[in-house]
Amino acid sequence: MIPSTIHRLLRLAALVGAVGAASAAGAQTINAEMLANTCAGCHGVNGSSKGPATPTIASLSTDYFVMSMKDYKSGKRPSTVMARIAKGYSDDDITAMAKYFQSKPFARPGQMVDAAKAKQGKALAKKYCESCHEDEGRIGEGVGVLAGQMLTYMQYSTADFVSGKREMEKRQKAKFDALMKEQGGFEAFDPILHYYAGVK
Amino acid sequence: MFTIDRRKFLTLAGASTASLIAAPHVARAAGGKVVVIGGGPGGATAARYLRRMDPTVEVTLIEANKDYYTCFMSNEVLSGERKLDSLRFGFDGLAKQGVKVVHDLVTGIDGAAKSVTTKGGQKFAYDRCIVAPGIDFNWSAVPGYSAEAAEKLPHAWKAGPQTTLLRQQLEAMPDGGVFVMVSPPNPYRCPPGPYERASLVAHYLKHHKPKSKVIILDAKDAFPKQKLFEQAWAKFYGFGTPNSMIEWVPAAKGGKPSEIDVAGLAVKTEFDTIKGAVINVIPAQKAGKIAFDAGLTEGNWAPVNKGTFESKKVAGIHVLGDGADAAVMPKSGYSANSQAKVAAAAVLAMMKGAPPPTPAYVNTCYSIAGKDHAFSVAGVYTFDAEKNAIAEVKDAGGLSPMDASAEDRKREVAYAESWFRNITHDIWG
Repeated sequence: MIPSTIHRLLRLAALVGAVGAASAAGAQTINAEMLANTCAGCHGVNGSSKGPATPTIASLSTDYFVMSMKDYKSGKRPSTVMARIAKGYSDDDITAMAKYFQSKPFARPGQMVDAAKAKQGKALAKKYCESCHEDEGRIGEGVGVLAGQMLTYMQYSTADFVSGKREMEKRQKAKFDALMKEQGGFEAFDPILHYYAGVK
Repeated sequence: MFTIDRRKFLTLAGASTASLIAAPHVARAAGGKVVVIGGGPGGATAARYLRRMDPTVEVTLIEANKDYYTCFMSNEVLSGERKLDSLRFGFDGLAKQGVKVVHDLVTGIDGAAKSVTTKGGQKFAYDRCIVAPGIDFNWSAVPGYSAEAAEKLPHAWKAGPQTTLLRQQLEAMPDGGVFVMVSPPNPYRCPPGPYERASLVAHYLKHHKPKSKVIILDAKDAFPKQKLFEQAWAKFYGFGTPNSMIEWVPAAKGGKPSEIDVAGLAVKTEFDTIKGAVINVIPAQKAGKIAFDAGLTEGNWAPVNKGTFESKKVAGIHVLGDGADAAVMPKSGYSANSQAKVAAAAVLAMMKGAPPPTPAYVNTCYSIAGKDHAFSVAGVYTFDAEKNAIAEVKDAGGLSPMDASAEDRKREVAYAESWFRNITHDIWG
């Protein structure tokens, strides 16, 4: 587990190095900072959102960022505005933006959450979520970062997953089904989301 | 322990990513003086991003007012959903970023001597100057209307005391009164704004003065997001029925005002005289005064190089936001914010004699038309150097769909609020 993760990160660093070199070579090449600047109006300075609904995109894994943008583009992932915006960027643009935001810290100033719910949610999260959303949801290897993520955004995402509007991975679906079956249905997500939203 | 180590590694990998991606900017040399005129969305963003991109550059922002009130979201003040104070932004955040903030009124820019003079008798030298002039009104476009008349028949198209005045008039209006809005000819600040205003005024009236009515007298025959607005008006305010709370009169049907009767509280059109309990005149617009005084305009707006926002009239001065002629980009707060970042990067490059970086621009604009009901228009833009044009990326952007679910319309309200919080933080800190 450790070697594979480090290997992946090294490979990523090498990849990023190549992009950096290419950018320096010509004037009309991709400028990650310029592209990323267009996101800040909705997603916040350096990709950390002030909420209530637009998610923080700082520190997302490049895999997850790229997949999200491609799925918005294709319509595979439902959205209000992101499909229209994602279509404005090339695959190379998206990769450059992904790397830019991956390098930014996820600001976690703390959100207003229900403390009792958060406490209850912590136990549920450990059982149903932690195996993919590691380290209290701070790590998102190919999945979203949940720790400190906007509560409203996570509520939208959960609703979209459960309604079938947004496709789930096999393992995720199994966990979602188990949670709802064993813990009283869709309502069981609520304390979990309060817990993750409150992680600082 | 293992996870902490891994996180440390992630941080390290992150740091190297940042420096590598930023490689083209590493050559930034110290120094350079930029004077930014105007502390609205365009000017404040430019000042912040200049310092963010190069902390060695000396940035002075000159703004007449101690606070800025955003025009965006001010229609919610009219409907009572929001307090004016929530739209007020000061300049401490900019000062914290090392921007020298000067509260004074710029009276002249000498492009040859590269200096700016103010009403207070101050003089500022610059290497490059950025002007974000905002808008001014063509008071004489409709006879009868004037700056003085606006104290009685508010425009409320620059947020602040005018917004408060119009809100007070709405509150004082008797049930059954008519709210008349005069909507301006193109181009103007916030193209869907008049129609959002009509929606939110109707929203207020529906709940507090249900016998009242909104009449929009329009100098145009079409308006942005028209189908989406009309759909919302039908849903909430009976649009399309004899009892509609909103009536839109396009130019072709005599909507164009020919005279404003300030004393008689009426608007005269080709065919009619429409009396109102409250009259909101949104006048025709042009670039802010300083753009004219500094010789930056051609017609009503300031022509610019679209890749750098450098004035086509005076070298060394960049003009952005509502006052600039940025053609396909609507005159919106987000456009100004996005243009300012492009201009800031260009200014830094040009001060070093380097080619300006390839621009990327964006705009997203939300309109709230009723309870839990908002929709948006988005645009992603690139620079066409050959035509000196900002070009909208084909097949991207556009409007919220007509068949969106109630849930999506509700989500767009939350995203509108999120946009407001994030962009104001991006602009003023």
